[in-house]
Amino acid sequence: MSQQLYLSSSPHVHSGETTPSVMRAVLYSLVPACGVAVYFFGIPALSVLLIATLGCLATEVVCQRLMRQPVTIADGSAAITGVLLALNLPPTSPWWLTLLGAVIAIAVGKQVYGGLGSNPFNPALVARVVLLISFPVQMTTWSAPAPLGSGLDLVTTATPLGEWKNAVMLTGAMPAEMQGSMAGYFLGNMPGCIGEVSALALLLGAGYLFYRRILTWHIPATYVGTVVLLSGAFWLINPAKYPNPVFHLVTGGLVLGAFYMATDMVTTPVSIRGMLIFGVGCGVLTVLIRLFGGYPEGVSFAILLMNAATPLIDRYTKPRTFGTARQGGSV
Amino acid sequence: MKLRTFKGGIHPPDNKHWTSHKAIEDCPLPDELVVPLSQHIGAPSVACVEVGQHVAKGQEIGSAKGFVSVPVHASTSGEVVAIENRPHPFGTPLPAVVIKPDGEDSWSSNLQFTDPGSLTSDELIEKVRQAGVVGMGGAAFPAHVKMSPPPEKPIHTLLFNGVECEPYLTSDHRMMLEESERVLQGVALLQYVYGAERVVIGIEANKPDAIALLKKQCADAAVEILPLQVKYPQGAEKQLIFAATGREVPSGGLPMDVGVAVHNVSTAAAVTDAVMLGRPLIERVCTVTGPAIKEPKNLRIRIGMSLSHLVEVCGGLVEEPGKIILGGPMMGFTQVGLDVPVIRGSSGLLLLREEDIANSPEGPCIRCARCVQACPMNLMPTTIAAYARRDLVEETEEYCAMDCIECGSCSYVCPASIPLVQLIRHGKAAVLAKKRNALL
Repeated sequence: MSQQLYLSSSPHVHSGETTPSVMRAVLYSLVPACGVAVYFFGIPALSVLLIATLGCLATEVVCQRLMRQPVTIADGSAAITGVLLALNLPPTSPWWLTLLGAVIAIAVGKQVYGGLGSNPFNPALVARVVLLISFPVQMTTWSAPAPLGSGLDLVTTATPLGEWKNAVMLTGAMPAEMQGSMAGYFLGNMPGCIGEVSALALLLGAGYLFYRRILTWHIPATYVGTVVLLSGAFWLINPAKYPNPVFHLVTGGLVLGAFYMATDMVTTPVSIRGMLIFGVGCGVLTVLIRLFGGYPEGVSFAILLMNAATPLIDRYTKPRTFGTARQGGSV
Repeated sequence: MKLRTFKGGIHPPDNKHWTSHKAIEDCPLPDELVVPLSQHIGAPSVACVEVGQHVAKGQEIGSAKGFVSVPVHASTSGEVVAIENRPHPFGTPLPAVVIKPDGEDSWSSNLQFTDPGSLTSDELIEKVRQAGVVGMGGAAFPAHVKMSPPPEKPIHTLLFNGVECEPYLTSDHRMMLEESERVLQGVALLQYVYGAERVVIGIEANKPDAIALLKKQCADAAVEILPLQVKYPQGAEKQLIFAATGREVPSGGLPMDVGVAVHNVSTAAAVTDAVMLGRPLIERVCTVTGPAIKEPKNLRIRIGMSLSHLVEVCGGLVEEPGKIILGGPMMGFTQVGLDVPVIRGSSGLLLLREEDIANSPEGPCIRCARCVQACPMNLMPTTIAAYARRDLVEETEEYCAMDCIECGSCSYVCPASIPLVQLIRHGKAAVLAKKRNALL
């Protein structure tokens, strides 16, 4: 009889799903989006992806070494932040801007709070917004896609949402003709951040996460649903001025935001009701910022604002314990 | 038709295929039986025999002390060789009566057949108490206590638990298949006591043979066989009641608060023996299984047999076990060695190899909410655990720690391998300690 017996509190078996395995799955799910980005924007996009990811990993190592904490880059969370940051940057982002973003995301967005699990805000979005406010020129210099092999160079242009906002600001009405088609937007043939261009690729990845049960429908469905309903209402009121809901869906960062940024587990509520409130809140804020705010795109701001509300939402959406009435007390 | 169930829960691999098809085998008697005087919640019984005395099978060797207590009986005939502290499944050595079997295995002459029709309800309950019948599902709560609800709590539904949702365990399954008459006789006896309007036997749908057999045998009787969705912890009392009746046992309450009484199917069989034959609870079916066991079996064991004897009867070990568990893998108790005896609540002996054991390092909570969605009590395990870890007693209580049934679903799904159940247990103990102090 061996003397080496494990003694522990029950349960004695585990699902086998670990934090690194969850993070790896999220990374795999981003492969299609990264592939499409590299196809449309070429080497510049690839270099942004690499610099952001390596920058995040390096920053995590430096921070943890400085704080004399165990280095945990193997858990994959810093790599995800890096990839998501890259997907939230323009393909023409200069190397120093990308690197700065990586340092901000991990150092300011995550490690100062205590690392994985402790950050209130989505680290990649913190970095994106800091960069957007500090370097508006570089962060809003968009390029039309130049697919690999097409021989085209990246040419500066406006995003569909930017195009619309400019026209509305100047004329008070929709632009007479947009540069792209809805189908083209959906596939990714539009100017924008590296990761927001192809709704199709993002949905493919999200499908995999649904299959792995890492993603639940609650936040993405309520977020997208709220944007469709609210933008639809404005479109019905004044179709000459406001774009239709499909335009809202396929342009800009809504799909990236709803399926990848607003579903970051750490910074979103844990109860089902909380998730639904979070999704609706993101949707309302996104539409309001897009239609009435100073920026053409509102996804990042909307999610960060709702991140800030998450502890409050969690506080007030405690699930009803089995065997109790909803307002406390017993059944 | 969609099967009834509860909200939340998990789907661990059930691993019942090792033993679900294997008929119950009688476990041969060992050279020594160690019968603990404490086998369940409530006061331990007190030895009423002396060293050197000869005892008959079924003779009382420990007397009950108090209402929530039952007597303990000799599991075979033989000589009492010691009354001393011996290793016990609860972890620390506890008083036990050690019997050296004489090989006769002869029943006490005091035990006799009774016609249950001649008994009043109270006489029947007294017979159950005298026979030391306890809940056979694991917690081993004395059955006679449950059978005596106060008059202001009438029981309209009598529910039998044949769910057996713990992975690996098949003892109740085999009981329903091989001993269905004893089970159904017990169901009828308990129904006689309660006089409930509805009698239900809940069985998880992964035991279609047991469902079919009992349905056939209950074709005439007013007993409803209810197949339930395969999901852990479907057999937890509150979850089973919800699935069968749609009612929630109130927080801090008991099944009788919603007019329900629940007994395990194997308990029903023990009631039959107690009432009809006067035979006390000295044996039970125990599933001896796990990847470290050579020949997993369903054994009919005597209370007091050592785990090492059970392992020997099952062909020994494939390799050194990494963990010895009495009960199932979700709620069973780890043991410090194989020299521990089986007790009335021992539904299974599970031996895991080192590689089967969940022991990935604990990481920070990533707030993935899997525990919240898995919790069958609709709690926020990660929040309770975080408060409990910091000994924030008020917050632990505010987040309903006391409602936790410790089923282990949250720990099972936690990707950060946080010992949620262990932390919540710690928190519950702190809440109880605070309440005790408040009373002083």
